[in-house]
Amino acid sequence: MSNTKLSPGIVSSRLSKEDYLNNFSDAYPGFTNYEAKVEADRCYFCYDAPCISACPTEINIPLFIRQISTEMEDEAAKTIFDQNILGGMCARVCPTETLCEEACVREAAEGKPVKIGRLQRYATDSIMEKNIHPYTRNESNGKKIAVIGSGPAGLACSHRLAMLGYNVEIYESKNKPGGLNEYGIATYKSVDDFASKEIEWLLKIGGIQINYNKTLGKDFSIDELRKSYDAIFIGCGLQDTNKISIDSSADPLVEDAVDFIADLRQVKDFSSLPIGRNVVVIGGGMTAIDAAVQSQLLGAEKVTIIYRRNLDNMSASKKEQNNATSKGVKIITNAVPTSIYKQNGIHKLNLSYTEVDKYTGKLKELEQTFSIEADQIFCAIGQKFNNLLDVFKSHKGKIMIDENCKTSVENVWAGGDCVDKGEDLTVSAVAQGRNAAQAIHKSIF
Amino acid sequence: MNLQSEFLGIKSPNPFWLASAPPTDKEYNVRRAFEAGWGGVVWKTLGLDPNIVNVNGPRYGAVWGPDRRLLGMNNIELITDRPLQTNLDEIKIVKKDYPDRAVIVSLMVPCEEDCWKSILPKVEETEADGLELNFGCPHGMSERGMGSAVGQVPEYIEMVTRWVKSNTRMPVIVKLTPNITDIRYPARAAFKGGADAVSLINTVASIVSVNLDTFSPEPSIDGKGTHGGYCGPAVKPIALNLVSQIARDPETQNKDISGIGGVTTWKDAAEFLTLGAGNVQVCTAAMTYGFGIISELTSGLSNWMKKKEINSVSEIVGKAISNVTDWQYLNLNHVTKAQIDQDLCIKCGRCYAVCEDTSHQAISKTINGERGFEVIDEECVACNMCINVCPVENCITMRNLEPGEIDKRTGQTVSDVYANWTTHPNNPSSIKAAE
Repeated sequence: MSNTKLSPGIVSSRLSKEDYLNNFSDAYPGFTNYEAKVEADRCYFCYDAPCISACPTEINIPLFIRQISTEMEDEAAKTIFDQNILGGMCARVCPTETLCEEACVREAAEGKPVKIGRLQRYATDSIMEKNIHPYTRNESNGKKIAVIGSGPAGLACSHRLAMLGYNVEIYESKNKPGGLNEYGIATYKSVDDFASKEIEWLLKIGGIQINYNKTLGKDFSIDELRKSYDAIFIGCGLQDTNKISIDSSADPLVEDAVDFIADLRQVKDFSSLPIGRNVVVIGGGMTAIDAAVQSQLLGAEKVTIIYRRNLDNMSASKKEQNNATSKGVKIITNAVPTSIYKQNGIHKLNLSYTEVDKYTGKLKELEQTFSIEADQIFCAIGQKFNNLLDVFKSHKGKIMIDENCKTSVENVWAGGDCVDKGEDLTVSAVAQGRNAAQAIHKSIF
Repeated sequence: MNLQSEFLGIKSPNPFWLASAPPTDKEYNVRRAFEAGWGGVVWKTLGLDPNIVNVNGPRYGAVWGPDRRLLGMNNIELITDRPLQTNLDEIKIVKKDYPDRAVIVSLMVPCEEDCWKSILPKVEETEADGLELNFGCPHGMSERGMGSAVGQVPEYIEMVTRWVKSNTRMPVIVKLTPNITDIRYPARAAFKGGADAVSLINTVASIVSVNLDTFSPEPSIDGKGTHGGYCGPAVKPIALNLVSQIARDPETQNKDISGIGGVTTWKDAAEFLTLGAGNVQVCTAAMTYGFGIISELTSGLSNWMKKKEINSVSEIVGKAISNVTDWQYLNLNHVTKAQIDQDLCIKCGRCYAVCEDTSHQAISKTINGERGFEVIDEECVACNMCINVCPVENCITMRNLEPGEIDKRTGQTVSDVYANWTTHPNNPSSIKAAE
């Protein structure tokens, strides 16, 4: 430990080895058998259970919980995977507090929903630890499908297609599969290289080939693919981020939060990652929270989230907001950065307060201002799609799809963050990938 | 509140005795029980020497809730496995040291008068307060012609009880087995033989589980199992019914009954008392939680008595018996309907599932097009299943229809006249009014 939390500037090794290990260990470790049984007993097995409809993949939650309570973890896992082949990752990263657990009747009854996410992890971990893949592939039907991107949408689509007997070829721009599962999730939510282990497990179905380092638009085009495949699924996610413009002198301090999170996932030794003493994160979504929390965990002294609207407008859930503040992150709302200056060798960020104009409903800057120290600024104000928009009909800057995930181009389907119906959620991407696979199957046979 | 209890003239500071079972097998336990506040004990059943032996593997099986709460337990333990004189010596010392507590000695010897004649003077010598004849134990000893093998034959009960009564001055309680078709016959036989009281229930013959890997019943002894005696909270309803039957039987009403079977809380005890038990005996609850529960039992019972302005335990005894009747005398003109409190409803839909799938299709699943559950009065027969499955207390309740109201299911006006099956027109043997 050559540095401390108080070392100025952006430096590495702020913490001891033990602190790094503790900080980036499993945030919500799996249930023991006993914990799972007791928690499973809390499920009321509701009629037409609200949790099922609150789940984008519509997992039969009461059934898998009942299977856990009767000591059938593998069958419980299969109930989950039938609907969501990435149920293991979703159990770790789903904002359950705004999905199934929010709908749980025990939330209404006592404010303590059944811990569905953790039960799901219990079941899926249990079968994956045994290395059981509970599906077999139909005999090959001779049809070839191209899938662009190996993130949640692409993987879910590929698995379902492979199961149905298709030969799937995935085109992945990076040299590692997983998309946001591999690069976009806070490290403490997916420890022990879970994302790549999950993909290894998923690929056991067979019939899926991944071509790495193949970037759409550079190495191949949609038109080329259309000539050689029976159908195409696009799950390429969002490649670009929105940039903030403060002033040009601030630019060297500003980094993309997405890149920071990706680096954290790939690094082997956390002490090698430099982090500022005073970190500012701009944004109000999960990316902002993940960047801020992990800055704190890397040993930053002060981490501040700046969000231009109020807490209720943040797309990060209350639970995630609380998680951040419990780690020491300060959340300042109704403020926007305006300029930066240097004083005694320290950068300071000037901010203006904001409010929603009563008449226009638009956000406006107020005269009142303040400033905070900022060695490093992470920008987390959203990602964007700037690909293919000339090929497909688009909506809100993303590929437009119909209710069967079909695009405006013949034989091309799409899902996940790159489509207009994308919800910036792993579980929604999985649902669209799966549904697209079924739709492709229906259109071919 | 004074919980002083008197059963067959035997006084104890409260009506809670520890039943004849492992907790009362030796001086060490009984002293600790008395120090904790138990009113009395029925000493673990004594037999003739040579002392019996127990299995050397597990003796108890269990039925658990998912949170490991012990809901029911069974055992294949036999009567005391210590020499007779050891027990007798300890009983004598304990009774001397705790003169205000009840000390009853449970006995089980072969069905020969000489056996009883030989043991009774030895028990009298201890100056214990009374005897309990173990005609209830359904496992092990019954194979040897004792325990429930006697309790299942009213003639044997009467015979043995008579032998005992004619050879001792001590009060005699006969402990009955529930493993019989009609409890009234063994109870009548006991009193015919001169018993001063009956106690019930002993354990219910049971196999609690089968190991699905080894295919052995549990508890498993070297891969084999045998039926045991079931007890604990799960058997309370059986015990309450049997106690009430004896309390209602014209041949045995007003006889003394010691209530046993799943008494776990003060409420359980109060229920036994209201159905005619003069006191209660507890075992499984003590074996689950230790002797300390006596503080809850006594304080709970006295608080409830205070609230109800009941001054003595004896006032509770049999208080509910006049309300126990036969089905045929239930008032068929009493009409109720389930109603769901929408403010309390959490919309789990369990009431809907049970009513729709297994009952009377009397609950609707939407209210103004939204998820919500409401009783359809036209269909509701008031069966109570919705209340049984509702996870929220008092969310679904039964509303009594007032006389004059229309029962929407039958279209008939609710009458304030009591009418039962005996006079119902559908009853082929109903009493018809004279033409």
